[in-house]
Amino acid sequence: MPLDLSNTTILGYRRENGRVGVRNHVIILPVDDLANAACEAVANNIKGTMALPHPYGRLQFGEDLELHFRTLIGTGANPNVAAVVVIGIENGWTQRVVDGIAATGKPVRGFGIEQHGDHETIMKASQVAKEYVQWASELHREEAQVSDLWVSTKCGESDTTSGCGANPTVGNAFDKMYPHGTTLLFGETSEITGGEHLVAERCRNDEVRERFMFMFDRYQDMINRYKTSDLSESQPTKGNIEGGLTTIEEKALGNIQKIGKQCLVDGVLDKAETPTGPGLWFMDSSSAAAEMVTLAAAAGYVVHLFPTGQGNIIGNPIIPVIKICANPRTVRTMSEHVDVDVSGLLRKEMTPDQAGDALLDSMFRTVNGRLTSAEAMGHREFVLTRLYESA
Amino acid sequence: MIDFVVHDEGDSVGVVVVEGVKAGDKLSGWIMDQDKEIEFTAASDIPIGHKLAIKPLKEGDTVIKYGTDIGKVVADIGIGGHAHVQNIKTKRW
Repeated sequence: MPLDLSNTTILGYRRENGRVGVRNHVIILPVDDLANAACEAVANNIKGTMALPHPYGRLQFGEDLELHFRTLIGTGANPNVAAVVVIGIENGWTQRVVDGIAATGKPVRGFGIEQHGDHETIMKASQVAKEYVQWASELHREEAQVSDLWVSTKCGESDTTSGCGANPTVGNAFDKMYPHGTTLLFGETSEITGGEHLVAERCRNDEVRERFMFMFDRYQDMINRYKTSDLSESQPTKGNIEGGLTTIEEKALGNIQKIGKQCLVDGVLDKAETPTGPGLWFMDSSSAAAEMVTLAAAAGYVVHLFPTGQGNIIGNPIIPVIKICANPRTVRTMSEHVDVDVSGLLRKEMTPDQAGDALLDSMFRTVNGRLTSAEAMGHREFVLTRLYESA
Repeated sequence: MIDFVVHDEGDSVGVVVVEGVKAGDKLSGWIMDQDKEIEFTAASDIPIGHKLAIKPLKEGDTVIKYGTDIGKVVADIGIGGHAHVQNIKTKRW
């Protein structure tokens, strides 16, 4: 029986700012590389918390620094996060991240290491983390609507089966959620090359179309500035080519199957920017899996649909990542990574509508609390996007 | 049994969706958009996920998939031949 989304409700955590989360994390967030050790020590001390180590945050400047702050603040502000402990080498930038997250109303405290050292910082931060995790453990899921959900998509290690199976399945699910006021996201700017005219045609109005083409051209300019070849083996990747994808155009036409046949592109976001209303948003972003999913989480998305062909195994610490696969070989050899098997589409044993419903069913179970394969196996790839060198 | 799929009947290539295709194998294809069936003989071994030409392609031709340009032919490909990076290149970058 087909899913009726008008009668579907979800169970989530209603946060202080009204957003609905589908996970209840307490995170220990480093502002910079130097704070990773203290964050990991706190997360080791206090069970049920999670450190998010990363290699950046020193001597960044300009737009790259703004993106760094936007990503860290957005990660802490994500409704899948109940409370945050922030640790940085010094107080200034640490406080900036704390203030950004505090705007959501959720509990957040910051600690600077200088003048205190790791030991004292770890002790004080652990005391706060313990309070937070015990508080968060008493929060309950409550009923919420499909319109409360923010759902992102990005595919990875695609092959030709992605374009005829897994990606159209996401497109079918997007077409079904769109009329119900879900906030949707796609991106992967370089991976639209060859299909940019098709995305431009889907933009709601000229203003959105111009903004999309500005982002598209900006990315092309960057590639043309640094390329030393036609990018074969990078975009498409070596794995894409192994899977039968030949050119970026072919990969792009498969990629954009994810936005379905009916949704319009309602708005365009810069990296890690938060959308201002429901509908389908395009985010200028890298096509590297962990970078794009990290940006989607920082923008406030709470669950991610990830089609793969050859078997990308990515997860994210903040948002559950659901894997959809139509390649029968991958489903057989890497079954522990596949949440939704739609290989029946290629044998005509499953219709696109059935595949879309199977994905939505898996997504609602995930949203309501079932762990994804990537969560169960501990995939927590947290990768910050950099725009250029540090000063 | 579907051995390969084609997105649109105007396409010049199809995608092999079964493992172990060998040269000389007779292959059944499904054109998805028009829901039609076609048959071709593989001219070479073709791995799962890789493409076979369903039209003769000459150097300089445009390759069509999804009814859209996916690149240019850089070495001739006969019907049933393996169409990939050895004979097709991007028109971008």
